[in-house]
Amino acid sequence: MLMRWEKATLRAGVTVVTCAIVCAATSVPVWGQTTEYRAPRGSDGNPDLNGLWQALNSAHWDVEPHGAGPSVVRDLGALSAVPAGLGVVVDDVIPYTADALAQRDENRANRLRRDPAIKCYLPGVPRGMYMPFPVQILQSQQHIMILHEFAGAVRTVYMDDHMPAPADSWMGWSNGHWEGETLVIDTTGFNGMTWFDRSGNFHSEALHVVERLTRRSPETLTYEVTIEDPNVFTRPWTMRMPLYRRVEEHAQLLEFRCVEFVEDLIYGHLRKQP
Amino acid sequence: MRRRTLVTFGPTVVLAAAVAVGVPGVAAAQSTGAAQDYVAPRTPDGQPDLQGFWSNQTYTSLERPDGETSVYYTPEELAARVSGAATRESAQTDPGTIPDVHYDFTQFGLDRSQAARAENLRTSLIVDPPDGKIPPVNAEGQRRAAERAAAQERLGGRWDSAEANQLDDRCIMMVPAGPPMMNSGYNSNYHIVQAPGYVMILAEMIHDARVVPLDDREAPAGGLSQWVGVSRGYWDGETLVVETSNFNAKNPFRGSSARMTVTERFTRVAEDRIDYRFTVDDPGTWDTPWTAEMPMQRSRGPLFEFACHEGNYGLYNTLVGARMEERQAAEAAEPGRGR
Repeated sequence: MLMRWEKATLRAGVTVVTCAIVCAATSVPVWGQTTEYRAPRGSDGNPDLNGLWQALNSAHWDVEPHGAGPSVVRDLGALSAVPAGLGVVVDDVIPYTADALAQRDENRANRLRRDPAIKCYLPGVPRGMYMPFPVQILQSQQHIMILHEFAGAVRTVYMDDHMPAPADSWMGWSNGHWEGETLVIDTTGFNGMTWFDRSGNFHSEALHVVERLTRRSPETLTYEVTIEDPNVFTRPWTMRMPLYRRVEEHAQLLEFRCVEFVEDLIYGHLRKQP
Repeated sequence: MRRRTLVTFGPTVVLAAAVAVGVPGVAAAQSTGAAQDYVAPRTPDGQPDLQGFWSNQTYTSLERPDGETSVYYTPEELAARVSGAATRESAQTDPGTIPDVHYDFTQFGLDRSQAARAENLRTSLIVDPPDGKIPPVNAEGQRRAAERAAAQERLGGRWDSAEANQLDDRCIMMVPAGPPMMNSGYNSNYHIVQAPGYVMILAEMIHDARVVPLDDREAPAGGLSQWVGVSRGYWDGETLVVETSNFNAKNPFRGSSARMTVTERFTRVAEDRIDYRFTVDDPGTWDTPWTAEMPMQRSRGPLFEFACHEGNYGLYNTLVGARMEERQAAEAAEPGRGR
């Protein structure tokens, strides 16, 4: 049940036994539970999630546990080689159907051509949350904005005017509500064209994402996301990781308008030849 | 809905216009017909509340049309101009009237007549200089314009490569993002959300979100330049003031340079209206700053995702078509060569 790195964290702590019992009984995020942190409140009384947040892991390469590996672009050598990671998937392995697993492996073998993020396409959910770029949460009572530096991707979480997705999209349609300390976001209406990472892990347009964001300390929050897609997975599965606050003075989202960086890649073969 | 808006605003605008004309010194400030005693509701953290969905759609041009001498249209003149423009936009969708029907503007609310619009009797959005025209471009600006034209020339024709094409066709920048935020032919919609210390302005067109920090930070010095510049803001009473500098000048605004600063002022003047005013100061292009004013009208949300680049078949297909035409021309000139 516990991920290896969580076990390691807990071994270092003093409340291992207590947490193992409590956590198993309540299935609440492990390190969220141990801290029993109560988030500061905004003036509307809800937990305050405002800020610039960023993951510090290698899930953007591969959400499953993985060893280090070479770059897929030879000329970039060690600079874009894959760092090892303990993974962020609860129980380590994504429960693909047999066909979908074959598809994932094929995606992985062809990731340099197939990864949609290489073309600066909107990263989808949850991928945008753990790319190596900051994410700003901007919280009002009616709408919570989730703003990604990567490709300037934007998600509006509708807090009281809930509605079904009007049409399919890259970032989906998000309805949110509060459950005590936790912001719960339910997102559907995906177009099935995004991936979860750079390793070919994928989903279909039937994707249903439920995210749970809980402050766990002044400078960290727990990001937990449950993935459901009967076309691709045999059961719902969950990823969990901390997000860290960008604490430097005047931290802000900057521009990563990557379309111009990929035009030669996408359209270069259509350039007029002299 | 639109008719009711017209009826509601008509008399107010006329009255305000008359007042404004009568008192030249405050004409610009009063021209948009706001009740002067309106105080915006507050957000939970005490900011004047600008939140919600807004449109800056208008039929009013940035510069005063040549030959137009008055500062304001009469309501009848404005109505005639609006209906004339709406008819012309609608006629664009008749087969055979223009070479290529790109969008059917009458469907899906794309034409301007179907958008939420704040009525504005001004004959130009520019309020200063008083002639409603952008000031003359100075010598530095003229030199740069010539250099830009030469650089574009070196890139070749519009269909020679993606890079030679226009920024909006490439899904890199569209005018609503600004700053200054100019209205577009359609989808001139915005979503404003406020959180403690921040105002976010999301332009529907290509999902451009600008997060404006409200503190005393300085503009970054040195090498940080961006397509949309770097913005910071503060509240001046009821008015949100946003100052933006650090432009990369790859998307010049009317020929502007990287030294441009844009100062925007947002004032909620009614439940359904924000007065938006911007001043452009760029000694690299104009010897004097100039100012325009563009009311924003509350519009109906929500906004849907505008994934432009992801579905940019237009750019791809025009490049394919251009290369195909070249092969056909080569084949016609010298059979066998086009293969």
